[in-house]
Amino acid sequence: MSQYGLLIDYEYCTGCHSCEVSCKNEKKLAHGVYGIKLSEIGPFEITPGNWEWNYIPSPTKLCDLCADRIEKGEKPACVLHCLGLAMDYGPVEELAKKMAAKGKKMVMFVP
Amino acid sequence: MDKDWKIQQPDGTLTVRTCGWSPPGDHPVGCGMKLHIKDGRLVKVEGDPEHPISQGRLCVRCLTLPEYVHHPQRIIYPMKRVGKKGEDKWQRISWDEAMDIICDKIRYFTDNYGAESIVVFGGTGREACLYYYPLAFSSIGTPNCCYPLSGWSCYGPRCSITDYILGAGYPEIDFAGYYPDRYDNPNYKLPEYVVIWGKNPLMSNPDGFYGHSIIDMMKRGTKIICVDPRIHWLGTRAEHVLQLRPGSDTALALGLLNVIINEDLYDHDFVENWTYGFEELKERVQEYPPEKVAEITWVPKEQIIEVARIIGTAKPCPIQWGLAVDENPNGVQLGHAILALIAITGNLDVPGGITIGPPAALMGKWRMETRSQLPDELWAKRIGAEEWPALSTAMATTHPDETLDTLETGKPYKLRMGWFNSSNFISATCSAQPDRWYRALQSLEFNVVQDTFMTPTAMAFADIFLPLPTFAEHDGVVLTHFGRNAIFMGAMNKAFEVGECKSDIEVCIELGKRLHPEHWPWDTAEEFFDDQLKPEFGFDFNDLREKGVFQPSYEYKKYEKGLLRFDGEPGFNTVTGMVELCSTLFEAWGEDPLPYYKEPHYSPYSTPELFKEYPFILTTGARTFTSFHSEHRQVPSLREITPDPIVEINPEAAEKLGIKDGDWVYLENMFGKCKQKAKLTKTIDSKVVHASHGWWYPEKPAEEPSLFGVWESNINTLIPHKHIGKLGFGAPFKSLICKVYKAED
Repeated sequence: MSQYGLLIDYEYCTGCHSCEVSCKNEKKLAHGVYGIKLSEIGPFEITPGNWEWNYIPSPTKLCDLCADRIEKGEKPACVLHCLGLAMDYGPVEELAKKMAAKGKKMVMFVP
Repeated sequence: MDKDWKIQQPDGTLTVRTCGWSPPGDHPVGCGMKLHIKDGRLVKVEGDPEHPISQGRLCVRCLTLPEYVHHPQRIIYPMKRVGKKGEDKWQRISWDEAMDIICDKIRYFTDNYGAESIVVFGGTGREACLYYYPLAFSSIGTPNCCYPLSGWSCYGPRCSITDYILGAGYPEIDFAGYYPDRYDNPNYKLPEYVVIWGKNPLMSNPDGFYGHSIIDMMKRGTKIICVDPRIHWLGTRAEHVLQLRPGSDTALALGLLNVIINEDLYDHDFVENWTYGFEELKERVQEYPPEKVAEITWVPKEQIIEVARIIGTAKPCPIQWGLAVDENPNGVQLGHAILALIAITGNLDVPGGITIGPPAALMGKWRMETRSQLPDELWAKRIGAEEWPALSTAMATTHPDETLDTLETGKPYKLRMGWFNSSNFISATCSAQPDRWYRALQSLEFNVVQDTFMTPTAMAFADIFLPLPTFAEHDGVVLTHFGRNAIFMGAMNKAFEVGECKSDIEVCIELGKRLHPEHWPWDTAEEFFDDQLKPEFGFDFNDLREKGVFQPSYEYKKYEKGLLRFDGEPGFNTVTGMVELCSTLFEAWGEDPLPYYKEPHYSPYSTPELFKEYPFILTTGARTFTSFHSEHRQVPSLREITPDPIVEINPEAAEKLGIKDGDWVYLENMFGKCKQKAKLTKTIDSKVVHASHGWWYPEKPAEEPSLFGVWESNINTLIPHKHIGKLGFGAPFKSLICKVYKAED
């Protein structure tokens, strides 16, 4: 059986926190405890007008890729609610192909 | 979408599909979601993947709805004040008792002082926007319905300008929302560029536009140009950010027009056949060459020229205008210039360009029509209507600044009773100088407040508090842009009840049946919605529930087909039948018929001496994901993400003042002072600061003088009263001056 992972397109992660909050709802997590947590890199200016500012959500060991939801034929909570539609779920081989096809600002997590 | 909108799960959970609106607030965005109810409690909210616009996506304000709905501080029964005003002493009463008290008061003030002695205040964006007008005109019978924001500086100016220049409803960029197959619809064309002007749609979902549609379009190839004094996240993904000096927007728009016209990049066919006053506009923009505009706006000349060439040649290239158009005393001219840019570049009413709706539809139309239920002599008493015809022709409200003057002076008559519907405007939301409003409002003898929580405004003024249900607890219809461009319509379904709450329309009906039964033939909200929907679409409210969402489709180039004018002739529904690049109405009202630039009241150039004392340009009001204006401050999961009011300062400027990231600082000017937390960022110019609005502290003492700490971080105390444009629109919420210093307390 394939290993599954989470693919993040951080060109389009807008920092909305929906992954964090929907995960808390799904896993009934206490305040300050996260199944996935957003981090922020930047903003800083590399050359005039050329900015770097990325949000990247990282899953923690509380993430089981929403096994219960997958069993019901649903997407993981973070993938469903992501406002930028910047998250994907699937076998790592498939996700790796998507990463390569896009070619920039992609990261895959295998929690 | 599935016909079953209400499903009983085997484990006893009830799942109800709905489209969100408010409360808690947002604009009529209508995102699709599933509400899970167990043992009478909302246990979880999930996005609905079947919804054609939101497609399962959901922001944190809806995801945390259970915390809001079941919050221990929420008010869920009608309350009567039993202490003095400003004391936190209340008694629970029945709806019957509340209505008896209210109706007695309304009859008393109407019989003794005239119905005009009663004023209804409304807030921003919530569903109440559709109902506070009929509440005033039709249920109570007063002509005075007030949106208290100085210069009506939110949406109203843009709607009025559009009405006068295009004769149409709200102009929105085409994001294929009208079609079930969205961007794949064969009639649709993806914009080559979208210009986002003074707006951050990802966070604000303005007026019902689904903000992240911008991301959908970018993924398909659309490029972005931002016009903003701040480089926000979207700006870092844009081809260009025109980082202008706050308040100089109109000069920039005229400079762009200058290049497009002088370089002959405009759409000759459209200009010749469908516009009025092009030669006059051409002559006017000669006063705004790029080098002069660069000096005014701080945007480099080369960038102005490059972006103008893109706007002139990219097809399509819609411009999405933001609140920065409204919150500017020179904003009528800015809006006019932006509409001219859209029109002469051939981006109006074309696929992927700017769509235009009718001036009003459904409840949006009904709310305006209820004013005809008032006798002419009473309607003529509407505050500020005669003095400000450009405002009172398009808007059915009072003039906001004149309303404050009336409260203070008792002229032309004394206001005696207030009704605050979904408006917490002594916090930094829809008022300038809220401290002055606070003092003036003390003169009202009796007040009703409709809301979900005891807000600072309610604590200060309510005699009767009427609890509103959240959108999960009542039936309704959500339509984008309040009906001024209904891209889609969704059913809001009551899933359960908390306490004894009544929705806006339910209160309108109940009060109306007691005071003016002739205007209120409906017994229930559902009957009302049936009557709204059936004549126009042939289906009723229950049919809409089963559809979930209704997308009406869209007809492009309506001006060629005689679909915009009431007489059925081709053209636009304006005085000249054309897009008025030169406005006949502005001229009739004593204003320049052409757009022009006017320096802000207070700026490094208009008040150089004052600027030495207050050396920052102050801009305010950017949105966050975690709140809607003054709402959501008491929701723990959201407060965890956004704990404090943030003022953005450039690190170089901060260093000179000894301010470090995370320091509390005071912002102060000639009008007021407040305290916010410094965030140092290079995304803002060293001469500009940006401060947050809408802050109060539900965790602080409720009673006077604290009122939940409403005065501590209240940025609107720095915004002056009645510094508005010649036609009565636009206040300088985004272009003031201030000083900043570290708070030692």
